[in-house]
Amino acid sequence: MRIWKFGDNINTDYITPGRYNLTTDEKRLAKIVFKEYRPEFAEKVRPGDIIVAGKNFGCGSSRETAALALKAAGIKLIIAKSFSRIFFRNAVNIGLPVIICEEADKIEEKDVLEIDFRKGLIRIVNRNIILKCSSLPDFILNIINEGGLINYIKKHGGFKI
Amino acid sequence: MWVIYVGMTLTEKILARGANKRKVEPGEIVVVDVDIAMSHDSTTPLAIKPFYRISNKVFDKNKIVIFFDHIVPPPNIDASILHRKIRKFIEEQGLVNVHWEGVCHQVLAEKYVKPGYIVIGADSHTCTLGALGAFATGVGSTDIAAIYATGKCWLRVPETYRINILGRIPKGVYAKDIILKIIGELKADGAVYKSIEFHGNVVKEFSVSSRLTLTNMVVEMGAMNGIIEPDEKTLRYTGYKGVLLKSDGDAEYEEIFEFNVDGTSPQVACPHNVDNVKSIEEVEGIEIDQAFIGTCTNGRVEDIAVAVRILDGRRVNRSVRMIVTPASNKVYLECLRRGYIEKLMEAGAIITNPGCGPCLGRHEGVLAPGEICISTSNRNFMGRMGSPEAKIFLASPATVAASAIEGKITDPRRYL
Repeated sequence: MRIWKFGDNINTDYITPGRYNLTTDEKRLAKIVFKEYRPEFAEKVRPGDIIVAGKNFGCGSSRETAALALKAAGIKLIIAKSFSRIFFRNAVNIGLPVIICEEADKIEEKDVLEIDFRKGLIRIVNRNIILKCSSLPDFILNIINEGGLINYIKKHGGFKI
Repeated sequence: MWVIYVGMTLTEKILARGANKRKVEPGEIVVVDVDIAMSHDSTTPLAIKPFYRISNKVFDKNKIVIFFDHIVPPPNIDASILHRKIRKFIEEQGLVNVHWEGVCHQVLAEKYVKPGYIVIGADSHTCTLGALGAFATGVGSTDIAAIYATGKCWLRVPETYRINILGRIPKGVYAKDIILKIIGELKADGAVYKSIEFHGNVVKEFSVSSRLTLTNMVVEMGAMNGIIEPDEKTLRYTGYKGVLLKSDGDAEYEEIFEFNVDGTSPQVACPHNVDNVKSIEEVEGIEIDQAFIGTCTNGRVEDIAVAVRILDGRRVNRSVRMIVTPASNKVYLECLRRGYIEKLMEAGAIITNPGCGPCLGRHEGVLAPGEICISTSNRNFMGRMGSPEAKIFLASPATVAASAIEGKITDPRRYL
């Protein structure tokens, strides 16, 4: 597992640039993710890797290709100080776990993390530091746990709040 | 039947009505009935598969609007393939509200949205429609698929920021300059998940067109929606005849901001972030390669009129490629009638078909490495309009038109 660190206000044009995201094919999307902003990312990212970012991750356009491309590239979790509203929804809706942690910048790329979703805690194993995360409403946790919005609606026959 | 409750903001009232509740409070998650659901040629393709996993028939074809605007007509095979997928979906579902005639938000404003509506669009700038007194916000493709199937959407009721815009608008300063100034102060994450309600004499005096420019850019501060209380201008624009909702006098605002526009200069958002805003005096003289007027932010008749006023009888600088993209067919036809298009062509501008134009870097004016563009659009992210080594400055139509003449970023007040 590798941690990929990013700064504040990473926008969806950086994640899936408008000129390259003309496809719904996940394999093609995985190849263009961060194509210009961080060109080595698509090649070096491995299944199970984590993104740790600053404030307002995924700001900008509503393009769901951004969340989908990260998931298709193998990202299994995004930890950020905050997320843009639409990116957050898109990630939840496709079952890509997201955690809001105000102290995310304390995490370093070489760290090993243990995550307790239920308690909302991140443990940095190698340095024995515990970071507290914001808790998500049960409604949203349920969508993530079902693997996304469509599975959720299939199971519950609609929205249950 | 509208019922007025006490102590709520306009946004809360609309969401309460949509959720069929007497009252909603910030932080609460509600499920609302959607009045207008929209997606376009960039976001519809990813909605089709999720839609068919939960439904085989849309909830109400009259409430669904599909646009081809982001890459129209398609300039390459990938885009054509996406369009074909959408056209098949339209046919299978018998959808009737299908448009090839301009930017989704502009055509929604012209033809569909009324005060008090809940408008959910698979596009981040859906917040534009809040200028008409509607609750309007953007979502992604899976959310819109769920709405197309069920007619419903979950929303977390936002806290509201009230922004009072006061004073006398100086010469050469427009709605675009004011919203850029606000974004420059509140910053890109300054209003994440908030509702922004605009008030003040300046907003009242603004045309509907200028109001649409204000609410269009609230998402650049992370806001969920921007909203303006409807008045006689809104009624005239929308043809709406029902009761107008307003915020209550005792509505709760999380914060109240005041912006006085007296003495404000034209504003420019500099590369590569929308909140990197400077006064024109600080950036004047930077040489440009492309000048672009259009988009859901500034592609309306009022915007093109200002550009024509400046360009009439003058020439676009030889070193500049100037592109004008009317936001809709209605805008285009009105500009033709008024003789604006002729004057722009005589000045040396390229006129493109209505749509998003070069805003998102897919066609009709893609920037080369090292090129500099001044644009009336709403995003200047690195790589947005082409090469990541290009630079984008955002400004009002007046500033863009004046800059096109001189070939460098220019204070429009000299031409007014």
